[in-house]
Amino acid sequence: MSGQRSAFFRTGADWAARHRAAATTLVLALFPLIFPFHTLAINILLFGLFAAGYNLTFGYTGKLSFGHAAFFGGGAYGCGILIANYDVHWALAIAGGILLGGLIALVIGLLATRTRGIYFAMITLALAQCVYFVFFHAASLTGGDNGLRGVNVVRVELGPLQINLLNPLAKYYFMLGLVGVAVWALARILRSPFGAVLEAVRENEGRARACGVNIEATRLLSLVISGMVCALAGALNAINLSTVAIDSLSYQTSGLAMMLTLLGGMGTFFGPFVGSAVFLGIEHIVTGYTERWQLIVGIVFIVLVLFFPKGIWGTILQRYAK
Amino acid sequence: MNGAAILSTQGLSKTFGGFVANRNVSVDFPRGKLTAIIGPNGAGKSTFFNMISGGLKPSSGEILFEGNSVVGVMQHHFAKIGISKSFQITNLFRDLTVLENVRVAVQAIHCRFDLWSPRNRHHEWVDKAEELLRLVGLQARLRDRADRLAHGEQRSLEIAVALASDPKLLLLDEPTAGMSPEETRTIMDLIVKLLEHRTIGLVEHKMKLVMGVSDNIIVLHHGELLAQGTPDEIRSNDEVRRVYLGKARH
Repeated sequence: MSGQRSAFFRTGADWAARHRAAATTLVLALFPLIFPFHTLAINILLFGLFAAGYNLTFGYTGKLSFGHAAFFGGGAYGCGILIANYDVHWALAIAGGILLGGLIALVIGLLATRTRGIYFAMITLALAQCVYFVFFHAASLTGGDNGLRGVNVVRVELGPLQINLLNPLAKYYFMLGLVGVAVWALARILRSPFGAVLEAVRENEGRARACGVNIEATRLLSLVISGMVCALAGALNAINLSTVAIDSLSYQTSGLAMMLTLLGGMGTFFGPFVGSAVFLGIEHIVTGYTERWQLIVGIVFIVLVLFFPKGIWGTILQRYAK
Repeated sequence: MNGAAILSTQGLSKTFGGFVANRNVSVDFPRGKLTAIIGPNGAGKSTFFNMISGGLKPSSGEILFEGNSVVGVMQHHFAKIGISKSFQITNLFRDLTVLENVRVAVQAIHCRFDLWSPRNRHHEWVDKAEELLRLVGLQARLRDRADRLAHGEQRSLEIAVALASDPKLLLLDEPTAGMSPEETRTIMDLIVKLLEHRTIGLVEHKMKLVMGVSDNIIVLHHGELLAQGTPDEIRSNDEVRRVYLGKARH
């Protein structure tokens, strides 16, 4: 009986390992059915995507970035400005946000990908702060300190299908549709020859270079893709909240992406979503009891990192995958 | 210049600050032959090797590969123009499988940025990798992770990775370093076998090892060229004898 069950489990795990995007989307689709806080579920979904985009740089390319807020916030403002100030269709606005995030990643990448280790972290941090101040001072376009208001998308029409975004559950599934596409694209890229090059560069830069790999171009392309995924998360978050706060560009936002990724498991496909669910879940519970929620969340974070050194999902994979 | 040389250096020098690692080295690597670079510790072999394999830019002098200068060419282009190297210290993708180590090296030569097709759809890369691994005798270890291999096997894998780009000139930096006598014999047999289709240059510390198999020997001493010639010429060269045998008496 238990043998049958473990065989069933193993078949399921094998399927999930081979179809990571489908498995991830399936779990995310079932998530709100067992998790009653739908507004929180949307946050978990979007910050999970943000962390998944960050993970491409941090986990798969092996570069520690402190500047991904620039891509997330760039996507949020790009999309938000188009909707709030120019009344552009939501789909075009999201595409515009992704484009702006990718462009910011390209510029930051051109300046930063030649540097190593801590220098890469410092340069991405400094350049992301520059982006912060540009958006902060362009108040006529971005609302400056007050944030951007009026990013209103109430109803989405997809052919005969009408989605009412005022209903949190409907909004969750609308967002999941786009997150699913991004997750699928990420899985495809990681499985492609380019994904193999990323692994090789992360494993051994010198050897990869001797094999004929252009390390700088590889890292730049990876950062741009990572930036576009984070920008999509930002754009969806702008629509989700109907506003864009200047905080979305702050270094705390970059730090959040890193924490979610570490917590879930860097370099694992599903880890960022696990990290997002655990972190935002704990935050949600603790803020109900005390204003000093960061203290509690910090302690929980330290405990989790101590007991799950490879992240929650990373440790589970390590223990049960073999 | 020797017309039969695939690679030749002219007045090659490298200084690090005030330290002269190589001075005015002019040598030829004859096409289709095995050239060994030997010399005592600190003779400047590694610096010279790194310059001709693209890792270091010379301070002055010229490196001609098939008649064209390769000074200042980016390291990652070397594999594409036909020069490939192995490292002195084993330098592999340790967490990847043996097969993937070679497959990704084959791929690196054949495509630049393919982000979309599944990597295993390219059977030709896998086939080529398996063929190279058969050649170096690792066909039974394809699915093992590279860091699970014994030291000698890792050195063989290193050579397979270097062969992935189908180099015209294969440069090996102390391929037998740290090996047992049997492993050394296996690698030397492999090197002789590889010579059928390519030119090989190798750095070696042990003079005895290369005397039997080399066609051409370059002796470096204190960063300068001491002698170049056939094993017989080198063996009977008084200065070489003085440098090597003189040391041995201590």
